[in-house]
Amino acid sequence: MTEAQAPHLEEVEVTPWREYFSFSTDHKVIGIQYLVTSFVFYLIGGLLAELVRTELATPASDFVQRETYNELFTMHATIMIFLWIIPTLTGGFGNFLVPLMIGARDMAFPKLNAIAFWIIPPTSILLLCSFFVGPAAAGWTSYPPLSLMTNKAGEAIWILGVILLGTSSIMAGLNFLVTILKMRIPSMTLNDMPLFCWAMLATSALQLVATPVLSGAMVLLGFDLLVGTNFFNPAGGGDPIVYQHMFWFYSHPAVYIMILPAFGLISEILPVHARKPIFGYQAIAYSSIAISFLGLIVWAHHMFTSGTPDWLRMFFMIATMVIAVPTGIKVFSWVATVWGGKLNLCSAMLFGMAFVSMFVVGGLSGVMVASVPFDIHVHDTYFVVAHLHYVLFGGSVFGIYAGLYHWFPKMTGRMLNEFWGKVHFAMTFVGFNICFLPMHVLGLQGMNRRIAEYDPKFAALNVVCTIGSYILATSTIPFVVNAVWSWLAGPRANSNPWKGLTLEWTVPSPPPVENFEEDPVLAIGPYDYGTPKALDFVAATLAPAPALAADSLE
Amino acid sequence: MQGSTADQNQADIAYAATVETAEHHSEHPDLRLFGFIVFLVSESMLFLGLFVAYFAFRVVTPEWPPEGTEELELMLPGINTIILISSSFVIHKADTAIKQSGDVKAARLWFAITIAMGATFLAGQVYEYNHLGFGLTTNLFASTFYLLTGFHGLHVFVGLLLMSTVLWRSRVPGHYSETSHFGIEATEVYWHFVDVIWIVLFLILYLL
Repeated sequence: MTEAQAPHLEEVEVTPWREYFSFSTDHKVIGIQYLVTSFVFYLIGGLLAELVRTELATPASDFVQRETYNELFTMHATIMIFLWIIPTLTGGFGNFLVPLMIGARDMAFPKLNAIAFWIIPPTSILLLCSFFVGPAAAGWTSYPPLSLMTNKAGEAIWILGVILLGTSSIMAGLNFLVTILKMRIPSMTLNDMPLFCWAMLATSALQLVATPVLSGAMVLLGFDLLVGTNFFNPAGGGDPIVYQHMFWFYSHPAVYIMILPAFGLISEILPVHARKPIFGYQAIAYSSIAISFLGLIVWAHHMFTSGTPDWLRMFFMIATMVIAVPTGIKVFSWVATVWGGKLNLCSAMLFGMAFVSMFVVGGLSGVMVASVPFDIHVHDTYFVVAHLHYVLFGGSVFGIYAGLYHWFPKMTGRMLNEFWGKVHFAMTFVGFNICFLPMHVLGLQGMNRRIAEYDPKFAALNVVCTIGSYILATSTIPFVVNAVWSWLAGPRANSNPWKGLTLEWTVPSPPPVENFEEDPVLAIGPYDYGTPKALDFVAATLAPAPALAADSLE
Repeated sequence: MQGSTADQNQADIAYAATVETAEHHSEHPDLRLFGFIVFLVSESMLFLGLFVAYFAFRVVTPEWPPEGTEELELMLPGINTIILISSSFVIHKADTAIKQSGDVKAARLWFAITIAMGATFLAGQVYEYNHLGFGLTTNLFASTFYLLTGFHGLHVFVGLLLMSTVLWRSRVPGHYSETSHFGIEATEVYWHFVDVIWIVLFLILYLL
């Protein structure tokens, strides 16, 4: 890491911070803009979660009013999904990494890329401003007719916000799809691509295909709310179930939009820190595509209790369980990759391995709730809350943290402090499990979600959950301090601190504006660790920049 | 690159190679057209979602259209359909003119005619809206009718804006040429898309 500080490091300029506040079309700047903006919203969404958990520390609704409670969990979910996980994984990591990994100088449509990002800040401010008029309070699913009856102004803002963020998401997806398919260096076939690019390809396809349907649903809901049509209002002859179908046609794939890029990040991180070739490259690559296809045809498993006919429930149950197959392929490939490797247990690797284990827990409870009889038992209980947090926090967020630790040197040109990274990891891992593990039990015992008051018999476990959530909240402090301090004054990183083999490690940290002086040529597969070629490759990336080398030869 | 046609071919190949490698980060027409078609795939999903919702509403409603809803006249929308379908052929002539001979003048003329036809379609739609016996909130059928046709009308309007932009830009000599005509090509593809959506819409709403 820091010991490999070659003299040429001084040559590389760290990007001036003002760059990150400008309307830049550079994919690296936009990527970091996404990451920082979303992280701020992670903190805000986390604050809302803490208010929710504080309310739930006691059985009575004594901390906030019931209505306020509804607003809090609605906005918590909305912010975490639409302003934290999706923008961070696709916009943040996707933007920063994809062009570098495929040897391109920028995204296919740099201006579109900038527009997609700059939709987000005003929209998120708009969403936050809804707190002045009473924000949406019908849950992030906004099921009608409830959503048509509570907090109309907040609901209208919510609908507008979701449409705008969806537009941004479609723009980003389009850009990635074209970039990955058309902008690879000539020597790179699809099967030479790093797995993160495969994951982004599958994710982008989902964004493109599923998001417009959500926009359609939002337009109809907006008309119901503001104009007085009755698309979803049974009182006027409408059908709220149609809303559920349209909503979940997006929102189920959305969980894959939130997890596939994290799969991709993990597939990059594990081989580097285990110093082993990835196990089953093609299996991991194609399973991403399989997951995104299957993800599109299983939406109604969220509606087992909505009066869906039996034959349809059978189909959706089986199709949903089938997704466990490609997902299992990935998990076994990761385990086989790490198996017998020479592990470098740095923060990125710790988060990476925690990702695999925690995601397995979430995935298994996912198979459980996929089965109709079990789902009917635990529907809308804390079991579902536990499941989704194991997938979205134990999965996506752990993946994001792993990615942040892994690529921080590349993004900023500075190393993060490993000690505080490990403190952060330990607190997050422990706090996360204390917070969400007991929720499985609460759910099985029948505690409903989305209610401010509950039966006192659930009180003890809820206190445990709340304590866990406080640990989890506190755990972000070492990370934020570490990141800010390291970015300003951390030790300089060389171009390849982890000795990785993908193309982003061949350019200086942080990469120059044009990424590559000339088109890189593939010298080695992305995961050929442990071969003599790999040693040469790493040596070449650590050597002084080519221009300097040429000078010294003369 | 001067000299015989063989040299010119060499130069073309060399140019293509540069586009492929050294400048593959710049937006060359292939990339833009591909991106535009991907965008239209996304747009199709929006309409597909609305179409499926239409059928779902239709299935849950006991009588469709509900008792007492005024019958839809076929005359005006029928003429409108013919106008829109023929405008697709007209805009294709513009595309052919620019691709085959770089004839910007002809392309401008065909675009102007397409604008006129699209505007007529929209005017017809507005006229129809004004003379229908039901409003947006009358019943579920009426709401879906206005929403679907309205959404399509919005897309026609955007098409008119695109064509006007092309006309505005083509006033600069050399802006569009035999080799560089992404704006014209994309507008044409978009217009065909709007046309196809209308055909499906017409079938579903008026004939089925």
